[in-house]
Amino acid sequence: MNLVGSFFGSSIGRKIIMALTGVILIGFVVGHLVGNLQIFQHPDHINGYAQFLHQLGPLLWVARIGLIAAALLHIWAATVLTLENKRARGGDYGFKHTIQATFASRAMRWTGVIVLAFLVYHLAHFTLGVVQTETFKETAPLNHYVMQNDYRVAGFTVVKAGTDVANVHSMVILGFQHKVVALFYIVAVGLLSLHLLHGFNSLFQSLGLRNAKWSWLLHKAALALCVVYFLGNLAIPGAVLAGKLRPQTAKVAATAQR
Amino acid sequence: MTLRVWRQAGPKALGQFKDYAAKDLNSNMSFLEMLDVVNDELTLKGEVPIAFAHDCREGICGTCSLTINGKPHGPGKGIATCQTYMRSFHDGDIIVVEPFRAAAFPLIKDLVVDRTSFDKIMQAGGFITARAGSAPEANAAPVPKGVSDLAMDAAQCIGCGACVAACKNASAMLFVSAKVGHLGLLPQGQAERDRRVLAMVHTMDEEGFGNCTNQYECSAACPKTISHDFIARMNRDYLGATLRSAFQPEAASSDGGGA
Repeated sequence: MNLVGSFFGSSIGRKIIMALTGVILIGFVVGHLVGNLQIFQHPDHINGYAQFLHQLGPLLWVARIGLIAAALLHIWAATVLTLENKRARGGDYGFKHTIQATFASRAMRWTGVIVLAFLVYHLAHFTLGVVQTETFKETAPLNHYVMQNDYRVAGFTVVKAGTDVANVHSMVILGFQHKVVALFYIVAVGLLSLHLLHGFNSLFQSLGLRNAKWSWLLHKAALALCVVYFLGNLAIPGAVLAGKLRPQTAKVAATAQR
Repeated sequence: MTLRVWRQAGPKALGQFKDYAAKDLNSNMSFLEMLDVVNDELTLKGEVPIAFAHDCREGICGTCSLTINGKPHGPGKGIATCQTYMRSFHDGDIIVVEPFRAAAFPLIKDLVVDRTSFDKIMQAGGFITARAGSAPEANAAPVPKGVSDLAMDAAQCIGCGACVAACKNASAMLFVSAKVGHLGLLPQGQAERDRRVLAMVHTMDEEGFGNCTNQYECSAACPKTISHDFIARMNRDYLGATLRSAFQPEAASSDGGGA
């Protein structure tokens, strides 16, 4: 069998695809969170960061296409593997019993599907501006924000003070002032954290790197990652709901709430 | 106690649970001996006895099966059905007895399933192509103690199929990985190591077994407590073998040198 056939056509090959795309997606969600936590700093930071990402132009599209491909491959492998598993199981047992499979591992399919639904909403919300259009970053008044300071990445100034950029800071906060939206985000990232708990552990097994000698450490690391990831994600809508994060000017908030 | 047993006259027949009262039992009877007692009674009454697979009854042949209260080989850890004793149950219990269920293990009758698919996987690579003859000098191929012990852990697999029965995906990864790991660890298995893992996994897929979702029900149900670490080892072997088989150059004389 050729290389492509081995990876896409065999059970272990698909598991490896699952694991490798999982690594890419975990890397993305962690990086995404770290970037977004800049919302707790001066609005210059997250707005400058968003502007910087948009300035990447074709590079941004390379990253986007890569991520979409990884997500599609991840979903494709999951679907094919699940259908095969159902077929392989044949009949169900009359007496259902689980010996040691964890809750996170048994919930993978549902957490995965809900996270996908969340992803679609999330893109419609903050990237495409299909929902909550009145507080979208490309709609007035949030399409103008004048940078007060330079935004730097690795010491280089990437967005100069005085640049007119989109007001991502206010968009996110105003978005999360809707309780239902904020709660949906919190539930979705909670399920994503649960998904990552089994996923992070599993990828080491699928790539053949895990063994009993250090699996206790791996499990603790996975648990720590998921808890920290969840708390980080909880912080943003949580702080908005608690009233700790507000749009930077009363004028913008007033316009948006009109 | 009450036995709730899966009865199915043949592969195509419709199966159903039937209750039997198991009386006159001794707590030191094995589960299979208990079934013998029940079958004696059924035979005397002129009913068809319950068909179940068994052979050595000492936990080393891998013939006995049965999913007892949802767990292959019953409640014990590292114990096959034949060495599960009635003292593991209580008076008045309802014990649900089912066959090992998997599409790749078609049912023959009652509690007996056809595990030929395992034989096919073994034929695909679960061996070393060695010269048959007198045993070679033992010290000619030194094996470190730790490695030989690890190989022995895998070699304990009796091929019963409990891993498949326990897996919600009916995956045979624990079985195949035990065979791949056992031979792959030892020097005698090196020559065919890549070919073996590729062929055995290919046959495993062809036979319609499911895929691993890393829940490790298999190793928990294994009567030989074979670790799922061997699955990781097999995944690594498979990845390496796939890349090597794709990029390794072929000798010009690969046709055997004949004109």
